Amino acid sequence: MATLQSLDIRRRSASTEAPPQVRQSPIEVAKLIDVSKCIGCKACQAACLEWNDLKQEIGTFEGSYNNPTDLTPASWTVMRFTEYEHGDDLEWLIRKDGCMHCDDPGCLKACPAPGAIVQYTNGIVDFVQENCIGCGYCVKGCPFNIPRISQVDRKAYKCTLCSDRVSVGQAPACAKSCPTQAIYFGSKDDMIVHAEHRIADLKSRGFKNAGLYNPPGVGGTHVMYVLHHADNPSLYAGLPNDPRISPLVGLWKGVMKPISLAVIAFAGAFGFLHYITKGPNEVSEADERKGDELAGGNKV
Amino acid sequence: MTNSWNDIKNTDLVLIMGGNAAEAHPCGFKWVTEAKANNGAKLIVVDPRFTRSAAVADLYAPIRPGTDVAFLSGVMRYLLGNNKIHQEYVKAFTNASYIVKEGYAFNDGLFTGFDPARKAYVDRSSWDYEFDEQGMAKVDETLQNPRCAINLLKAHVERYTPEMVERICGTPRAKFLQVCEMIATTSTPDRTMTSMYALGWTQHTTGAQNIRSMAMIQLLLGNMGMPGGGVNALRGHSNVQGITDLALLSTSTPGYLVLPTDKETTYADYMKSRAFKPLRPGQTSFWQNYEKFFVSQQKSFFGAAATKDNDWAYDFLPKFDASYDVLKMVDMMAAGQMNGLFCQGLNIMLAAPDKTKVVTGLSKLKWMVVIDPLETETARFWENHGEFNNVDPKSIQTEVIQLPASAYAEEEGSATNSSRVIMWHWKAADGPGESKSDIEIVSELHLRLKALYAKEGGAFPDPIVKTTWNYTRPGNPDPQEVLKEMNGYALEDIPDPADASKTLLRAGQLLPTFGLMRADGKTSGGIWIYTGVYTEAGNMAMRRDAGDPTGLGIYPNWGFAWPANRRVLYNRASADPNGKPWSERKKYVWWNGSRWTGGDVPDYAPTIAPDKAVGPFIMNQEGTARLFARGAMADGPFPEHYEPMDAYIANPLHPKVSTNPAVRILAADAKSFGTPDKFPIVATSYRLAEHFHYWTKNVHDNAVLQPELFVEMGERLAKAKGIQNGDWVEVSSQRGAIKAKACVTKRIRPIMVDGKPCDMVGLPIHFGFVGLARKAHPMNTLTPSVGDANAQTPEFKAFLVDVKKTTPPAQPAVA
Repeated sequence: MATLQSLDIRRRSASTEAPPQVRQSPIEVAKLIDVSKCIGCKACQAACLEWNDLKQEIGTFEGSYNNPTDLTPASWTVMRFTEYEHGDDLEWLIRKDGCMHCDDPGCLKACPAPGAIVQYTNGIVDFVQENCIGCGYCVKGCPFNIPRISQVDRKAYKCTLCSDRVSVGQAPACAKSCPTQAIYFGSKDDMIVHAEHRIADLKSRGFKNAGLYNPPGVGGTHVMYVLHHADNPSLYAGLPNDPRISPLVGLWKGVMKPISLAVIAFAGAFGFLHYITKGPNEVSEADERKGDELAGGNKV
Repeated sequence: MTNSWNDIKNTDLVLIMGGNAAEAHPCGFKWVTEAKANNGAKLIVVDPRFTRSAAVADLYAPIRPGTDVAFLSGVMRYLLGNNKIHQEYVKAFTNASYIVKEGYAFNDGLFTGFDPARKAYVDRSSWDYEFDEQGMAKVDETLQNPRCAINLLKAHVERYTPEMVERICGTPRAKFLQVCEMIATTSTPDRTMTSMYALGWTQHTTGAQNIRSMAMIQLLLGNMGMPGGGVNALRGHSNVQGITDLALLSTSTPGYLVLPTDKETTYADYMKSRAFKPLRPGQTSFWQNYEKFFVSQQKSFFGAAATKDNDWAYDFLPKFDASYDVLKMVDMMAAGQMNGLFCQGLNIMLAAPDKTKVVTGLSKLKWMVVIDPLETETARFWENHGEFNNVDPKSIQTEVIQLPASAYAEEEGSATNSSRVIMWHWKAADGPGESKSDIEIVSELHLRLKALYAKEGGAFPDPIVKTTWNYTRPGNPDPQEVLKEMNGYALEDIPDPADASKTLLRAGQLLPTFGLMRADGKTSGGIWIYTGVYTEAGNMAMRRDAGDPTGLGIYPNWGFAWPANRRVLYNRASADPNGKPWSERKKYVWWNGSRWTGGDVPDYAPTIAPDKAVGPFIMNQEGTARLFARGAMADGPFPEHYEPMDAYIANPLHPKVSTNPAVRILAADAKSFGTPDKFPIVATSYRLAEHFHYWTKNVHDNAVLQPELFVEMGERLAKAKGIQNGDWVEVSSQRGAIKAKACVTKRIRPIMVDGKPCDMVGLPIHFGFVGLARKAHPMNTLTPSVGDANAQTPEFKAFLVDVKKTTPPAQPAVA
């Protein structure tokens, strides 16, 4: 997908030029997922598949209602079900997993391909597949383990927060389809106010640690959760308690960058010398076959 | 529903029991969310499994499948014993004070009048009131008489102590009492509880009594006719309410009129038992109008051929000798007594109990016509699908004819939802290929049969040949014309009874209300309760006014709710006997000094003053609601706990009458039930949010979200059987065995029943061997062919099985 011309860009991966500040919109958007209202019906998953025209393969039952069992290049959101037993009581915690649209996005920071990841001024972090080189650094850069690399086109995929819908004033498909209004969408400020009402209601029902998940370690997120147990987010299928961008990303962008560039230059020179002295590489028939299988077997 | 989906937002307490609204009705469940978020409502879920509804509940209590009557009787005992009932309401609006006949008794699991030979309550004459010389029921307003209905009820439920509830249901005593306490908070006039149920209550041999128990609780609490109250059936299919209204049962005709029995050979015989005289002074007893509805219906069926002289073509109606429900149909097929079968929108191979018996039956047919938008297992029952459907096609001679039908979005028409709201829907696209609408298929069939009868005569061609068919396009009637016919119209000018010089309706004009229907043949109308849906002002089902003047979720100009556009039934009961709202907070319909007013249509004429003491329950001859049901139920005037037919324990209340003595059972199935020595695990069946019945396994994205059959089991059972999550498991019952993948979960909580640990498994119903989802054994292989004593609904929700670890199915489970 190309960048959306109707949305202004705040940041662009592997780019130093700054967009004109005069176009910065003050309104940031957010999706608020109220875990305490979610019934895990997967209407959001179906809406995501349909709106984004994704063709996920039909899987098998693997011991849980969580299906597909993980995010894939063609499943940008999944419901994660956790059975949480404490004393005599049981809770079935159901969390809609997907991109958190960090304000300080680790994927974008890690990305070496110019313009493959952009952050719009409204806070949405979007992957631009035509610029993606499939290196997978965004996967390493993401503290939430969200991006998935397609085996077919070697591009990275994840939730776009329906940037195409938002750019024309619509809510994301998942929010639109949610029957219990567990998914809210609006300005980040409004979502925080709404969350406060929900948290007060949960506290009145005995969830004394109810709270908002908007982790500061990544500058806050544009997808936030209302949690009954905000004191322990990891209860919800391993939601990070205090997510931060991996120090490796800093390293790569810092001291490692000139070193790596030198290594790349050396490899290039070596390759050239190798070509001069040994001739070009040939693609074997077996490699061709394997490539076809991959392309046919796992369509995005 | 007595109330409506939207009305749920007005409630203070939601009890989901006998259903799983978040799972099976996620869109309707939004109103529960609304009540919780904006009305401070609490949600209780009572279910064998910790369900998706339980995931967002304030309180969850486990229960063994098939023991709901025991649980609810325990609640009644708690409410009566702790005086947590709405005294004034109960006295004014129920038959609590009515004196029950001497002779009525309940002993050792049997009510009076049981005939052991016929296995039925043949003589229900003792299930009635004492009457005075005028034929009026005797009452004791002081409630001192021990034969008052409420005193008999107290005595009846006295056995259902919290200890007994725990012993039968497996619900821990403390949890049960917590539920009782929360329910009891709604006995005050300013608080209401809503009950949401579905097939979890109906699909039992005590199905109708499960629902009746809740109706009685809601009456004791004063929650009927109140905003945020009521007993609310969540209907599963779009328009399944509509088909019920239009005569789902084989012994009904549209609008809940009754088909004659073969003993009622004359019209006079038939009408004799349908006088419905009021049993208390001044009561409406609305069924007194039965003949008006019946004659109008006959005129709609047979037009000019129905005359006063031929008793409105009474002889054209079939007279039934027995109920031809789905159990009977399959039984007759299996016994070789049926030649042909039409399956229209019915995948009987998966939808009827005891799959093996169904396949045997289908194999003995000469022909079967399947009318469906989708490929179904039924149409493919003769194909070998490895161990999923291991039949020998060579040995099956049934000729199967498939007629592709269009799907709901490919045709226009009306659909009636759970709230009884009739809504029009418009065609979105043409059906694919050669598909035709159901109306067109059935009309073409009718016209060809009619032509054959006209040509060849036959023993009695009249009922077919003389059926009216006055449509502009006889081969494919316009659904609007059909709805007009159902609504009804005047056949001749109808004079105004108040002023003979005036005319209320001209011949040909549509009836605005069933109040104008007549027993003299001057009106026609196919289904009286729908009258008002299509008037001279237009098609009311098309109305889409989202205005809600009272803010109570009434939406009076959105579609049309039967009867008479009334959104909450019995709403007269929302005001006290003097017509004053029981509480300002729950104000709904009240007397303003000259008329009944409020946002809804009152139960009866708005000018009848409260001092006339006309009761809200106008369909009962008493005008009050029945704590004591008289002879209306086949299995007792009070609900009683009976074990499911696959009985897990001997009934602790009366071991000699362990199961429902009046159960719907066919002789051929008498030995098809399992016992706990061979099948020691309780099983239930259910639906998943990701699928709709047997349809959506044909849809790619739904198959992605839930791809394959599984069997849910608790950790205790899995450990005892050496089963790991995801293992292949064989599940077997007295009827047969299937394979499914194990879903080991904490959500099936360990319970104790009758002093021993009770293990339970659950299976979703959606999977089969046709479609895009993984091929599976039909789970109805396991379920027993036996039905509710009143509604004949098969017992899909409680049966016995065993489980063991096994190997994957022989045929690879590829889609």
